[in-house]
Amino acid sequence: MIEFILNERHIRTDAKSGMTLLDFIRYEKRLTGTKIGCREGDCAACTALVGTMNANGVLEYQSITSCISPLGNAHGKHIVTIEGINLKNELNVAQEAMKLNYATQCGFCTPGFVLSLTGFTFSGKENTNENIMAAISGNICRCTGYKSIQRAATDIATKLEALELDNKMAWLVANSFIPEYFLTIPDKIKKIPVKQESEANSFVVSGGTDMYVQRADSLIDEQINLVSDHIGLKGIIASDDKIVIGANTTVTEFASHTIIQELFPNLKKHMALVSSEPIRNMASFGGNFVNASPIGDMTIFFLALNTSITLQNEKGTREILLKDFYKGYKTFDLQEGELVTSISFNTASDFKFNFEKVCKRSYLDIASVNSAMRIQADANGIISNAHVAMGGVAPIPKYLEQTSAYLVGKTVDVVMVNVAMEKLQEEIAPISDVRGTEDYKRLLARQLFMAHFIELFPSKLNLKDCLAYES
Amino acid sequence: MKANTQKIKPTKQTKKSLQNIDSYTHLRGESIYVDDVNVRQGTLHAVVFDSNCAHGKIKSVDYSKALALDGVVRILTSDDVTGENQIGGIIPDEPLFAEGEVHFWGQPIGLIVAESISIAKKARKLIIAEFEELPVITTAKQAKEKGSFINAPRSFNLGNVNEAFANCEYVFEGETFSNGQEHLYIESQGAYVEPLENGNFRIVSSTQGPTQVQRIAARVLGIPMHKIEVDVTRLGGGFGGKEDQATPWAVMAALAAQILNQSVKLILDRHDDLRMTGKRHPYETTYKIGLSKDLKIQAFEIELLQNSGAAADLSPAIAERTLFHATNSYYVPNVKSTVYSCKTNLPPNTAFRGFGGPQGMFVIESAIARVASELGVLNTTIQEANLLKENDEFSYGQIAQKVEIRNSWNTAKEKFELEKVQNEVAVFNENSANIKKGVAVMPITFGISFTNTQMNHARALVHIYQDGSIGVSTAAVEMGQGVNTKLLQIAVDSFSIENHRVKIESTNTTRVANTSPSAASATADLNGKALLMACDSLLFRLKNIVAEEYKVDIKTVSLRDEWVYINDQKSTISWEHLIFKAMALRVALTENAHYATPVIHFDKTKEKGHPFAYHVYGTAIVTTTVDCLRGTYEFDSVKIIHDFGKSMNLGIDLGQIEGGLIQGIGWMTMEEISYAANGKLLSNALSTYKVPDVYSVPKEVEVIPLETPGNDMAVLKSKAVGEPPLMYGIGAYFAIQNAIRAFNPKYKMRFHAPMTPEKVLMGLYQK
Repeated sequence: MIEFILNERHIRTDAKSGMTLLDFIRYEKRLTGTKIGCREGDCAACTALVGTMNANGVLEYQSITSCISPLGNAHGKHIVTIEGINLKNELNVAQEAMKLNYATQCGFCTPGFVLSLTGFTFSGKENTNENIMAAISGNICRCTGYKSIQRAATDIATKLEALELDNKMAWLVANSFIPEYFLTIPDKIKKIPVKQESEANSFVVSGGTDMYVQRADSLIDEQINLVSDHIGLKGIIASDDKIVIGANTTVTEFASHTIIQELFPNLKKHMALVSSEPIRNMASFGGNFVNASPIGDMTIFFLALNTSITLQNEKGTREILLKDFYKGYKTFDLQEGELVTSISFNTASDFKFNFEKVCKRSYLDIASVNSAMRIQADANGIISNAHVAMGGVAPIPKYLEQTSAYLVGKTVDVVMVNVAMEKLQEEIAPISDVRGTEDYKRLLARQLFMAHFIELFPSKLNLKDCLAYES
Repeated sequence: MKANTQKIKPTKQTKKSLQNIDSYTHLRGESIYVDDVNVRQGTLHAVVFDSNCAHGKIKSVDYSKALALDGVVRILTSDDVTGENQIGGIIPDEPLFAEGEVHFWGQPIGLIVAESISIAKKARKLIIAEFEELPVITTAKQAKEKGSFINAPRSFNLGNVNEAFANCEYVFEGETFSNGQEHLYIESQGAYVEPLENGNFRIVSSTQGPTQVQRIAARVLGIPMHKIEVDVTRLGGGFGGKEDQATPWAVMAALAAQILNQSVKLILDRHDDLRMTGKRHPYETTYKIGLSKDLKIQAFEIELLQNSGAAADLSPAIAERTLFHATNSYYVPNVKSTVYSCKTNLPPNTAFRGFGGPQGMFVIESAIARVASELGVLNTTIQEANLLKENDEFSYGQIAQKVEIRNSWNTAKEKFELEKVQNEVAVFNENSANIKKGVAVMPITFGISFTNTQMNHARALVHIYQDGSIGVSTAAVEMGQGVNTKLLQIAVDSFSIENHRVKIESTNTTRVANTSPSAASATADLNGKALLMACDSLLFRLKNIVAEEYKVDIKTVSLRDEWVYINDQKSTISWEHLIFKAMALRVALTENAHYATPVIHFDKTKEKGHPFAYHVYGTAIVTTTVDCLRGTYEFDSVKIIHDFGKSMNLGIDLGQIEGGLIQGIGWMTMEEISYAANGKLLSNALSTYKVPDVYSVPKEVEVIPLETPGNDMAVLKSKAVGEPPLMYGIGAYFAIQNAIRAFNPKYKMRFHAPMTPEKVLMGLYQK
């Protein structure tokens, strides 16, 4: 039995937990405002909002793409569709702003945009232009060219300036952002019993953001074990010398954690390059690592942190380095019944970190090549520790063992970087595919490697000098 | 009935800018698209079984396992077609279901009809087809070498290029390529069909061409057209992709409904849609351009190879429009342009906003860029020296009239300080190592009308109901372009009544028959003109009632703000009262008007004529920033001076400019269609085919309307606006190219769109 609140309605259903939330909304409940655009999380026409009760008894809302979200993950949540944010006989503030700015043309993507924008108003995110644009970063519109939607978003942000933070939901209701029933939802959610544990030995799905792209058709018929709300697998623990992250922690949870933000000053910029807001709200690290995509952004990010992962089954627990986990294309060292439970990396010493990614479209795209580097160097530029990872250049997400080793003990300068770039070329083996030719990926690998040093050691080298050395 | 005493609101506000009349339901998720229609109980669902071989003989197809699956009702193939298995529009060369051979990967072979989509999809995986593979052609050049064509080539000639080249100071030759483009309407293709009594059918289709669906369905089902009603409420985007290619899905569902006597729904999922449907045509072109010493283009010769795909679809018409726009906004006294529609093993390529025009314009812009670089001058120097003037002759014989291209260019140059921008960019590039900027100007001249003269007609059916409310039916299909809003404005302003009184009905073949598709940017013009005529007739009858009753000259009677005025004096007759009188006097309150564009003609035997009602003009300045470390780029600004004529709804028209621009930039930059050598689509999902997102649009888009008198051939002098702005996006290619040139003096200019980050980086580091 899956039990949740869908807009105003209490839902108890025996529908299969592996069914997509989208199909349940549209075809079981006939809420047809939620549209089907791609069924792979790449257009957000199917956006829904999910309210989750936090430890303080407050509902926290996020946007998701319902096409790649298993129905079972809705248990105990408040699911909001476009119908659920409509006011009686009038447009809400986001809708009115969209209307006045001519921000709807064919209208098919429109409910998704409206939900993303309305959801932003009670997301708890700081009301900045950057954040409200991030809220619609996953929504594709083919008609407007977005400028009118941007203008609407800016108008909404302006209206939201008066928001009373300590009285958020009531203020939003009073000011025609959301319908009144929202105020009754927390009490309803509290009454929903906690989900029973799923059966063992069934197929493990966390956020589902890749599984449902690959095989939504078959997951509906399978026994699946939805682990995304498994408390034991969530959360971030920071000690003096170590960060431990539950495998089910989402990218959004990671990116919004204060200690993580302190550790990675450019985190916001880097995370913006990783999928889109609704996907980041669902995607987990465990899923990302086990998916073993040779181009997984977060996998590359964590490989460069020289991350360890903890694996657990009935027989026991073991810890291995993430770089040793990958054995070949989509194959990895996961034994019978094992689950990735947590990931950890060392923070004992100061380090610099950079993440680079280039793709056809800068955002919400799969990289042609991505790369991350963690490096520690003294004031003279002498490197004591370096880890470089690169995606799109090998059958596995590649930890650049030899290049990393070469860097240790060297001094950061133009000559050294140029020599290292040659080492790098020996270590990678990109192939030509839809994301680029081999020649391009090799050139890009060089450029991104160079970019790490230019970004992290701007006083030691620049593009001009690097290129001058070469010629 | 008493005279109406309700409060009068001014209706003139609609002229300023009425928001899209569907806004309310769109924004609330209450607008109905095909997949949202309430279906009949027992409706069956269909999934298309298609070829996974691009060219081959069908040796065998084993449906037995699929048919054995619970819930599978029937699998239809070419054997089941009750009429003709033929859906070709211009040329009958395309079967609905493959017969004996397949000619592209994704070609429909059968239709699985089941109790649910998921059952049908499971069944599809159980079908085993075997092919004897034949050689696969994926490029136009390969097709030409093998003599594989759709039809005979077309050629436009003006002056004498051979003589002219001999007298030119500068002559350059080169090649260009522009890739296809996926429409990516967010609503995929689909239809829902209900069988009615007596072998009649009602088709709800997401189509730009309801009559085309009706005509082809009648052919395939072997029944007369009057037995088929096609109804279209709206489309979740079309962009040309649903002009001809919405047809097969509707026809398949209709065939299934005919055979099974049950309602059938067929909605393509995204992957099926991407794989099975055609796209914008890729073009491979060779050009030769000759200039005089003062940089006047004297001669231009091009040979265009259009990659038409496996069947004609609309390719011959698209090829023709490529020729019409091969000289873009420039006057060239000697032109020879030839286009070959090359038959390949790709899905039949089809209409896409611009309809071949953008592909033609890209070639001459490339040629100009090449000349400029060879001669060491700015592209703009050559562009500006050759802009079209009043009474210049196009290569197709039409004399340019009411030309606004120089006006738009000069206005852009002045208002947006082009020379200052160019200088600033040059200075910036001098001082910046990692980052380079590029600026390019893109003038556009786009002809309005279907180039096939006989398609330029439309009808409007207007009912005034006895309570004073009005229903308007036309052939216009609303797909986001706002045509329904414009139609509503026309009706409301004709009668000077309030917006709520007018309803724009769905587009339906039983109300308005024998229609042209909503395409060629001409929908508002054709249907709007017909609507104006219908409203004028009704207005005359209504005024006549007053004139006769009050014994005044009809010229003294007018309607203003829901009230009858006589000699500028408000009478006691309200709108509702007037309609009440008309009913009592048995005056016809329904009118059906027909509009056919005057003046236009074209003689295909001579390839000369006057095919366009008018041209739309404009100039865009595109500025880009290229990250020379990573090969990525963003657009700082696009500033446009556009000739709207007298825009009847600037809000909606600006939306068309911005949307078209971004789509054009997408075509020129990130949108890359990719087929394997075996004809399999590689860019087969939204994860591998990228369209612009909110972050990839220019930081600033400024559009300033050009003050022009408009054109009487345009509805209310408000010029067509759908397609032209897409071509502003071509400027993006050249802006990026200019930035690359600033970084790498060794860069060898290539004209090979789209300009992906890969091409940028390879260009930046070319040795």
